[in-house]
Amino acid sequence: MSETNTNQNEDQNTSPLQPALEADADETGVSQDDQRILTAGQWRLMWRKFKRNRLAVVCGWMLLFMYTVILLSGFIAPYNPDSRFKNRAYVSPQGLHFFDDSGFHIRPFVYGLTANRDTASQRWVYSQDKTRRYPVKFFVYGQEYSFLGIKTNWHLFGLDQDGGKQQRGIFLFGTDIQGRDMFSRVLYGGRVSLTIGLFGVLLSVCFGSVLGVVAGYFGGIIDNLIQRVIEILRSFPRIPLWLALSAAIPPNMGQLQSYFMITIILSILGWTGMARSIRGQVLSLRNEEFVMSAKLMGASHSRVIFRHLMPAVSGYIIVVATIAVPGMILAESSLSFLGLGIRPPMVSWGALLTDCQSLTTLFYYQWLLLPALFIIIVVFCYNFLGDGLRDAVDPYSAAKR
Amino acid sequence: MLNYILRRLLHMIPTLIVISVLVFVIIQLPPGDFVDSLEAELQESDSVASKEAMEQLREQYGLDKPMWEQYFKWISGFVVGDFGYSFEWRRPVVELIGERLALTFALSFGSLVFIYLIAIPIGIYSARHQNSMGDYAFSSFAVLGLCIPNFVLALVAMFVVVFLLGGSAGGLFSPEYRFEPWSFGKFLNMLSHLWVPIIVVGAAGMAGSMRVMRNSMLNVLREQYITTARAKGVSEFKVVYKYALRVAANPFITGLGMQLPRLISGSVIVAIVLGLPTTGPMFLKSLQGQDMYLAGSFLMFLAILLLLGNLLSDILLAISDPRIRLE
Repeated sequence: MSETNTNQNEDQNTSPLQPALEADADETGVSQDDQRILTAGQWRLMWRKFKRNRLAVVCGWMLLFMYTVILLSGFIAPYNPDSRFKNRAYVSPQGLHFFDDSGFHIRPFVYGLTANRDTASQRWVYSQDKTRRYPVKFFVYGQEYSFLGIKTNWHLFGLDQDGGKQQRGIFLFGTDIQGRDMFSRVLYGGRVSLTIGLFGVLLSVCFGSVLGVVAGYFGGIIDNLIQRVIEILRSFPRIPLWLALSAAIPPNMGQLQSYFMITIILSILGWTGMARSIRGQVLSLRNEEFVMSAKLMGASHSRVIFRHLMPAVSGYIIVVATIAVPGMILAESSLSFLGLGIRPPMVSWGALLTDCQSLTTLFYYQWLLLPALFIIIVVFCYNFLGDGLRDAVDPYSAAKR
Repeated sequence: MLNYILRRLLHMIPTLIVISVLVFVIIQLPPGDFVDSLEAELQESDSVASKEAMEQLREQYGLDKPMWEQYFKWISGFVVGDFGYSFEWRRPVVELIGERLALTFALSFGSLVFIYLIAIPIGIYSARHQNSMGDYAFSSFAVLGLCIPNFVLALVAMFVVVFLLGGSAGGLFSPEYRFEPWSFGKFLNMLSHLWVPIIVVGAAGMAGSMRVMRNSMLNVLREQYITTARAKGVSEFKVVYKYALRVAANPFITGLGMQLPRLISGSVIVAIVLGLPTTGPMFLKSLQGQDMYLAGSFLMFLAILLLLGNLLSDILLAISDPRIRLE
């Protein structure tokens, strides 16, 4: 009964307005385009405004590209993240070549490597052996991996196989101490780094938006209680609390389980900020007429919250969530870097950087810092995407700036 | 004013009690206790520990008692300044953490001063030259500081200091001062090492502070009283620094409460990378070794530091802005 009532109410709200606007437009000679804006819905207006922010759109596409890449990381990476190449520790990034003595080649190639022991520093030094030229082949068959549960060994690129021996390889980002291809490891590490922030935020949003809306809507004791809990949780410094909590993950826990434990740990503090700002939004909406009329028509609390208040703040929730993602990504990388986050054999960008802690590594093998570059790019993109979304959702933001 | 401060301090007591319970639960979370991890360590080094010795150790440290009893023993000591006993270092916690907490505080406070010294002038400049090249340059620089993880910046700083400037990495003191008692010379020596972590910790907070300063200055400069002052022929310097800055700095002081947790977190992680004798490395080690009283005391004190910081920012705001009433 109440459903039909409110629906009618909504119809009455919007339908008389539309013809009036159209009539207005005809009389005043407003162009077709402007007319569309006047009658456009909330989401359409936001999208229009968002599209005008070039940087935010580019960042959005960038992120979409990165998520596609990590979905396909098994295919794009030439090797599995754990496969070791014998006598190929700390190879510096190999360049792709197009020119040699005989001129230009359309197919890129890499030179073979010869390893020499540097007696002074006791390190392996690799030099290019120009007599051995390995052309890069595309869509080759290599190591087996599983894509969405299907086992396959089809890779985007790689070198011709050498009778089962793995001596020869292509290392675009070099290799680490155990002779593992950094390019492949970065791709696989991206899976964890890029998704853990998303899941963490998702969990925080579920928790934070419900509690925030409830606190703002009911007020009184419930609000007070939730506010106190938030206050106490926020009076812990974040990193130390995260460290203490992740130290509590049992070491014998499975990979997937520890992955989700980290997600939960990140959202234990994450939801508080979200709940707080959503509560503020709800407080300002609570006394609006549409809430009042819904209540007068006998709508239950849950109906007012989920049918009326949640949609009204949903744009805002998306913005707050987007802005929270980079913080989670940074937190995960810090935890993994300190050895308390993702554990081997799982890799993440932060975990890859663990090897850079010593000065010798920093001095001789700077390419091991490459994962940091990807963290920076992703955090940058999320920041600007969030900025763009915020400006699009908040009609007053442009005036404020 | 005094009344207000006292009331706020009283309000902190229930919060602190809840925090202390949470801290105790958190440090108890890892499976097993310190004796278990000691046993594992001994087994790794091929020495055998007798069951009786282990039980005796457990009894000595009170680990065999129920959890609530352990909690009350810890917290009742905490009130009178006895923070428990570090199993790993075999010394009272109070001896271990005093100097480290002070250095953590010095590092966080130094970063805060550094942020203010840089962010306020740049914010003012950016507001007065909105959309100029300088404005854009500073903004992009700030964004970079926001995107680079603290620990990566610390690694880069370590690289620059050691290999490009020829300095020494790690620690806050030169070798000759490391185990010396405090003296003026040691203090100066510390200052000469402290600037690297200060810059690294401060860089992350810089972006937000600059933006806050710029926006609030822009808003204030549009106010009518500023136009009036200009119309009356007040010099531009006086308009900006005497009349606008006082009001524009308010959101900055409120932001102090938000800045502090970030600074403390940042200083912990940067200290671990740079191996500073502050809270960071010892805290991490105590967590890994399940040295629970040490870890718990660190966590507790960091939380107290944060609560006091928030109180301080509220008081500062009341002093700087007479329109705010503390009731």
